[in-house]
Amino acid sequence: MTMHLLSGDRPRSVVLTVLLLAILAALALAPFLFPGVRSLETAARICIFIVLVASYDLLLGYTGIVSFAHTMFFGIGAYGVALGLTHMGSTPGAMLAGTLLGALAAAVLALAIGLFSLRVRAIFFAMITLAVASAVAVLVSQFSALTGGEDGLNYKIPRALTPAFRLGEVAGLKITGKVLNYYLVFFVSLALFLLLLRVVNSPFGRVLEAIRENEFRAEAIGYKVVWYRTIATCLSAAVAALAGSLFAIWLRYVGPDTTLSFEIMLDILLMVVIGGMGTMYGAVIGATIFVLAQNYLQALMGVAADATASLPLLPQLFDPDRWLLWLGLLFVLSVYFFPTGIVGRLRAGR
Amino acid sequence: MSDPVLSLRGVCTDIAQYHILQGVDLDVPRGGVTMLLGRNGVGKTTTLRTIIGHWQAREGTITFDGADITRLPVPARARAGIGFVPEDMGIFSDLTVEENMVLAAASGPLDPARRDWLFSVFPPLQTFWRSSAGTLSGGQKQMLSIARAMAEDRTLYLIDEPTKGLAPAIISTMAGALKELKAQGASILLVEQNFAVARALGDTVAIMDDGRIVWTGAMATLAGDAALQERLMGLSMEAH
Amino acid sequence: MAAAPEHRPTFAALSLGDRLARAAPFVLIPALVVLGYATIGSTSSWLTLTVSGLAMGMMIFIMASGLTLVFGLMDVINFGHGAFISVGAFVGVSVLIALGGWTGTPSLMLNIAAVLLAALAATTVTGALGWGFERVIVRPVYGAHLKQILVTVGGLIVIEQLIHVIWGPDEIFLTRPETLKGAITFAGAAMEKYRLLAVAVGLVLFVAMRLILTRTKIGLIVRAGVQNGEMVEALGYRLRLVFIGVFVAGSALAGLGGVMWGLYQEVITAGMGEEMMILVFIVVIIGGLGSVEGAFIGALLVGLLQNYVAFLEPKLALVSNIGLMTAILMWRPQGMLPVVKAK
Repeated sequence: MTMHLLSGDRPRSVVLTVLLLAILAALALAPFLFPGVRSLETAARICIFIVLVASYDLLLGYTGIVSFAHTMFFGIGAYGVALGLTHMGSTPGAMLAGTLLGALAAAVLALAIGLFSLRVRAIFFAMITLAVASAVAVLVSQFSALTGGEDGLNYKIPRALTPAFRLGEVAGLKITGKVLNYYLVFFVSLALFLLLLRVVNSPFGRVLEAIRENEFRAEAIGYKVVWYRTIATCLSAAVAALAGSLFAIWLRYVGPDTTLSFEIMLDILLMVVIGGMGTMYGAVIGATIFVLAQNYLQALMGVAADATASLPLLPQLFDPDRWLLWLGLLFVLSVYFFPTGIVGRLRAGR
Repeated sequence: MSDPVLSLRGVCTDIAQYHILQGVDLDVPRGGVTMLLGRNGVGKTTTLRTIIGHWQAREGTITFDGADITRLPVPARARAGIGFVPEDMGIFSDLTVEENMVLAAASGPLDPARRDWLFSVFPPLQTFWRSSAGTLSGGQKQMLSIARAMAEDRTLYLIDEPTKGLAPAIISTMAGALKELKAQGASILLVEQNFAVARALGDTVAIMDDGRIVWTGAMATLAGDAALQERLMGLSMEAH
Repeated sequence: MAAAPEHRPTFAALSLGDRLARAAPFVLIPALVVLGYATIGSTSSWLTLTVSGLAMGMMIFIMASGLTLVFGLMDVINFGHGAFISVGAFVGVSVLIALGGWTGTPSLMLNIAAVLLAALAATTVTGALGWGFERVIVRPVYGAHLKQILVTVGGLIVIEQLIHVIWGPDEIFLTRPETLKGAITFAGAAMEKYRLLAVAVGLVLFVAMRLILTRTKIGLIVRAGVQNGEMVEALGYRLRLVFIGVFVAGSALAGLGGVMWGLYQEVITAGMGEEMMILVFIVVIIGGLGSVEGAFIGALLVGLLQNYVAFLEPKLALVSNIGLMTAILMWRPQGMLPVVKAK
C-alpha cells in the first residue's frame, strides 16, 4: 500500500526514510505538537514549499531545463484565488474557481513559452522565462486597480477556514478554522507531492530522464523531445500555481513580494539544489531545512551583527538584510561541491 | 622507415561510454602517403581526431616528430606541424575565402608566393577569393579546406575523406593537389573510401577494423591481392 | 589537371538571396522609426523620443555585445553579466562623486576628464572582476549549461550583495557634470546633450568593434571561433586565451554600460544590473546568439520601441519588449542574424 502510494520510488536510504517519516509526522501533527501561531505558519509554509520545490524539481532535476518563471506560476495561482475571492465573494466555489482558473492560466502560459523557446534551444528557455517573469511582475505592480499593485490584495476566505470558526476540542487543542485551513494545506500538498512522484515514476517520467541524459539519442529513438519538455513545463507550472493558491488561501493576502519576487525564485533554486535535484524527496528535505533556517537563522545573523558591531565590515556582512549574500555563496558552493544534494549524499553513503 | 614521423602505441579513445579505439598501433613513415582504410564506423575518423586532439586518448601514447604529444592541447599539436582537414571540412562559412586563408597562416601573414601556388593548384579559390566561403560548392569548400591546411609548411597532414561526395572532375583536381603536396616531401595520413584514388596516391596502407589496425603493408601488396582485400575490407578494389 | 567546373550563376543567386536575408533586419530600424513618426504625429516629440530611444539602445548594446560573443565562442551563458553592469556603475559613480570639484564646474575639459576617469575606473574594475569570475565561477562548469546557469546566477547574487556591503543598502543619486546637463533644441525638439553623447559613444564603439572583428586577426579568430571553435584550435590558435580576452573585454564593456546608464538615469542601485539583464537577454536572443550586428540592431529596436510605447501607452513599455521578442522569434526562431554553427 505504502509502496503503491510512493509509486514504487523508495527513499533508498535508512537515514532518509527516518527523516522523511519524521517530517511527515511533524507536519501531520503540527497543530497538536507545535500549537503556537508562528509554528503553524512555519509548518504550512513548509508544506506549500515542498510542493512548489517538487514541481520545480520536475523541471530542473528530471527534465534538465532551468526556468526563472516558477514564482510567476506560483503567483498566478495565488492571484487567481485572491481575485476569485475578491470579486466572487468569499465562498468555497469562488476559491475553487480561482484555483482552477489560476492553474489553467499557468499551464497555458507555460505552453506558450515552451513552444516558443524550447523548440529552438533549451537555453533560450532560461532567458525567456526570466524576461517574461519580470514583465509579469511589472504588470502586476502597474495594474493596481486589479491587483492592488505593490500593496497587494487582502480578502476574506470562507469562514470555515478562519480562526473565528470553532469546532470543539480534540486532545486538548481547540479545533478552529485555522486548524482546518492547515489540514487543507497539508492534505492537498501531500496529494500533489504523491502525484508528482507518480508522474516522475511513470513512463513519461522515464522519457524525461532519457531526454535529460541524452537529448539526441532520445530524439533519434523517436521521442518528440520538444513535446515532452513542453508538457513537463505545463505540468510543473500548473502544480506551482496550485501551490500558490494554497499559499493565498492560507495567508489571506497576496502581494508581489510574497508571490512573485525573484528572491523566492532563488529560494526555490536553493531548496532544490540543497535537497538534491532529480530526487523528489530532495524537495521535502530542502524545503524543510530551508524554511526552518530562514525563520530562525536570520534572527541569529542579527545577533552576530550586534555582537560584531564594533568591528569593521563584519556587521555589514552579518546584517540580516545580507541574508541573500550567504544564500548566494551557499548556492554556488552547493552546485560545485554538493551537486547531488542531501538526498544524493544519503543514498551514496548507504 | 626507421624513423616514423608519427606513431601511435596502444591508443584507446572513448566517446561517451563507447570504446571507439581499442589499442591502435600505427606508424606513419616520413614522406609519402599513408592510407588509412577500413569499413565505415571502424574508427578512422576517431583516429585522426585523436591525433589532432579533438578527442583525448584514454590510454596509449602518440609520438610526433620525436615528441610525446598525447596530452598536448589541440593548438600546440597544430603548431608542432600537423595540418588537419576534417571530414566536415570545417569551413568558416561566414568568413570570406580570403579570411579563411589568412587565418590558416597561423604563424604570420599569408605568404603571397604560397598563395599564388595554391591558386594554381585550386583555381576556384582565386575566382571566389572575396566571396563568403558559405556560398562555395561542396567541391570548392573541400579545396579551401585542403588549401587551408597547405597555407603553411606542415610536417604532417591529416586528411579525412577529401573526395567524399564530389563529382569525378573535382576528384581529379583533389588527387592532383595531393600529388603536388606529396611531391613537396610532406607526410600525409589520408582516410579515403575511393579506392581508385587510394591506389593512385597511397604508398603504404593501414587497415582498421573494430577500433584496431589489423593490417599494414605496401599499397602494391594490397592492390595485387584481391583475396586480401576481400578478407580485410569485404570489398575488392577491382570492383571499382 | 582538370579545372573544377564552375557553378557561378547558382552562387550569385544564392548569395544575393543570402544578402537580402541578412539585410532584412537592418531595414527594421528605419521602418520602426517611420512607424513611430506615423503614430506619434508630433515631429518634436518624435525627434526627442527617437534620440532617447537610440541612446538607450546604444547603452544596451554596449552591455550586450560581450555577452553574445562569450556565448558564441564557448557556448557559455553568463547570467552573472548583469553584476558587471552594477559594479561598473558604482565604481564609476564613486569616482564622479570623488571628483565633484571637476564635475561641478562648467568646464568642458574638466567634465570630460572626470567622465573619462570614471569610465576608465569602471572598465578596469569590471574587466578584472570578469577575469576572476571566469576563473572561479565559469571555468569549472564548461559544457554544462544547467550548472552554468545556476552558478552564474549565484555569482550575480553574491556580487550584488557585496555592493550593498561596500556601498550601503540605499540607491545613490547623482547629477551629470555641468556641461552635460540640459538639452539643445533642434527643429523645436529638445534633445538632451547627454543622450546625444551616449549615441555618439555607442556608434563609435560599434564601429570600432566591427573594425576589430573584420580587420584584425584576433577579430577573425573570434568570428571563426563563434562558428567552429574546434577548427580554430586545429589551425593552431589557443581559443581559450581569446575567449578569456573576450570575456574580460565584455565585462569591461558591461561596466562602461553601467556607468553610462547610471549617468542617464541619475540614480544607481545594486539591482540595476539584474534589471538591465532582462533587456540584454531580449536583445541577445532577438539578435541571434553570438552575433554582434544582431545585438546592435536588437538593442536599437528595443530602445526605440520602449521609448515610443512609453510615450503612447506608458504601462505597456516593458511588455512591448516581450511582444517584440515574440514577433521576431516567430519570424526567425534563431534570432535575426543567427550565427551559422558548424556541426
